[in-house]
Amino acid sequence: MITLETIAATGVFQVAWLMIALPALVAGLLLVSGKFFDRGGHWLAVAASSASFVLAFWMFIEMLGADPEHRAVSLPLFDWIQTGSWTVSAGLQIDQLSILFAMLITGVGSLIHLYSVGYMAHDDRRRRFFAYLNLFVAAMLLLVLANDYLVLFVGWEGVGLASYLLIGFWQHKPSAAAAAKKAFVMNRVGDLGLSMAVMSMLALIGSSSFEAVNAAASKLSPGWATAIGLFLLLGAVGKSAQVPLQGWLLDAMEGPTPVSALIHAATMVTAGVYLVVRSHEIFQMSEVASTAVVIVGAVTLLFGAWIGTSKDDIKKVLAGSTMSQIGYMMLAAGIGPAGYAFAIFHLLTHGFFKANMFLGAGSVMHAMNDDVDMRHYGALAKVMRVTFLTFAMGYLAIIGFPFFAGYFSKDHIIEAAFGHSAWAGVAALLGAGITAFYMTRLMLMTFFGEKRWREGVHPHESPKTMTIPLIILGFFSIIGGALMNFWIQEWLEPATGGHPHELTLVPTLVGWLTMAVVAAGVAISWFVFGAKPVPDAAPASGNFFTVMGRNDLFGDTVNDVLVVQPTMLAARGVVVADHKVLDGGFGGLATAFAGISTQVRKLQNGQVRTYALTMAIGVVAVGVVMILSQLG
Amino acid sequence: MSPDYYLILAAILFTLGTVGVMVRRNALVAFMSIELMLNAANLAMVAFSLARGGLDGQVATFFVMVVAAAEVVIGLSIIIVIYRTRRSTSMDAASLLKL
Repeated sequence: MITLETIAATGVFQVAWLMIALPALVAGLLLVSGKFFDRGGHWLAVAASSASFVLAFWMFIEMLGADPEHRAVSLPLFDWIQTGSWTVSAGLQIDQLSILFAMLITGVGSLIHLYSVGYMAHDDRRRRFFAYLNLFVAAMLLLVLANDYLVLFVGWEGVGLASYLLIGFWQHKPSAAAAAKKAFVMNRVGDLGLSMAVMSMLALIGSSSFEAVNAAASKLSPGWATAIGLFLLLGAVGKSAQVPLQGWLLDAMEGPTPVSALIHAATMVTAGVYLVVRSHEIFQMSEVASTAVVIVGAVTLLFGAWIGTSKDDIKKVLAGSTMSQIGYMMLAAGIGPAGYAFAIFHLLTHGFFKANMFLGAGSVMHAMNDDVDMRHYGALAKVMRVTFLTFAMGYLAIIGFPFFAGYFSKDHIIEAAFGHSAWAGVAALLGAGITAFYMTRLMLMTFFGEKRWREGVHPHESPKTMTIPLIILGFFSIIGGALMNFWIQEWLEPATGGHPHELTLVPTLVGWLTMAVVAAGVAISWFVFGAKPVPDAAPASGNFFTVMGRNDLFGDTVNDVLVVQPTMLAARGVVVADHKVLDGGFGGLATAFAGISTQVRKLQNGQVRTYALTMAIGVVAVGVVMILSQLG
Repeated sequence: MSPDYYLILAAILFTLGTVGVMVRRNALVAFMSIELMLNAANLAMVAFSLARGGLDGQVATFFVMVVAAAEVVIGLSIIIVIYRTRRSTSMDAASLLKL
């Protein structure tokens, strides 16, 4: 196995920090500048994001030109924390894995910035929106370029903050504000896992840098390796909306659609996969932890797909689909060295086609006066030519139509899953069929059939700033897979320690099986939703699968019963204890003193002779004591 | 000389004064009882002074007499004021100084 060895930064790599600094600077500038940048600030944000992309692409070209052993670069920046025996130095690690992420974040990010120029054109708070987007890009780049888990954690929290701000961007809607809070709170649970993993590393290894942790991973005791692995998995599960912390992602669709495309589809939610792949040395030490990753992935890929089949809100279908596809990536990441490259491969192709489809959905909503109910769509294929065609590219990519992007990446994962165990393989195969089913349903309900438009809706194609990103992303949805298929395993090998397997364009048995399942999914979907008219309102249904799917598989109910209610009960208990026990105790003490004082006060009765008697008794008492003490 | 008899007399006078203060309601009688207690103390001090052959007890007696004279002036004025307002010198009746 080739291990990752980094070389010192030279040339363009010495200014790699500019990639993070530029968007961060522009974000700060836009936030403090007041009305000065209201008019043109968004172009500044687009420029910052694009400049980061140019830098990332430049570095990528430099790395392509170098020998495989001399590609990974480390750039120490400064000593961040020095306390006791610990020194945490902040620095960047630009290796084969992180540069791919950097290009995805800045590339897709720049396109979405451009799209937002059109999408948010009529929003009063556009400047603030772009500031948050740039903040997100900076934080996400810090997350993937960090060379230390603690620095990564800063980026991790930064993207969480940006996600919170952007989900709740339309804060005048109570549902958006609540969704933002929900995302924030559920992410805290995951962050607890990550911070516990970092603390364990600092305690056991004495450092949290990737280099030190990777080197020491094989010396960890099995128990600790499992514990750190599970802590990391908890962090990944929270950030990537995997079961059991999946609940926030569907609500996160309250945010503006470009946000859903960038943060909640293409980049941030895949940070969990990045974390697992980055920590592969630890997961390889623990069978339990890596199997847990596979189980989480397999469960989530079915869970998300199931939700996708029953929702009428176009963004929620896509959100369920995102959960499901990230489940595939998790599954691949849990399989081990055979799967790491495929997890990243699928992550990249998914970044293209899912961002494409989310932006397409935004374009449709833009045309339909922000209506998200697919039952009010229909027959949009002719009206919105560009949106339809680009969306169709995304659709073909996600269901795995031969030679589109998802065909390569997803089939590899399904094959690797069968290589791991039968149940993982069957789950992945079944997921592919369900994916074909719900995506066909979405296509049929949105672009085909008869018009079910509400009154006063006049669909039209979106402006150029919105269609150009769609076309570019549509293009990558077609070729993204073929472009990287034969290359990515070898490229990632130093960073992830993969072992390439033979890839051919001729499908294997599993490949044929997958295609058959996908075809069946499409056919069933056409039979249900294409052959007869779609009802204008969601029909009442007693079907177990539909009821479960419409209610997000009762995930919120489970959270409510398991967490929310017990917490409320505990809070009420504490209030009662506070009132009765603490307040009662101190209140009683005070009342007792007041009562005693009332009694004592009665000694002062105004009778001079009583005072004289009291004094005489006192004098006698003092005299007796003095005499007794003299005798003693 | 032995001060025993003087001291016994002083003790008897002091006890009479104390009992007088506590059992009599008339402010003037109580006042006289207090004077009795002061003079009992004076008698004791003069007796000790003689027994020890020093003058300090007698000096203290003069102080007590001077202070007692001043106190009589103030005390009698208070009693007269009380008598004028209440038409009585009963100490039990003048018990307003309480909560």
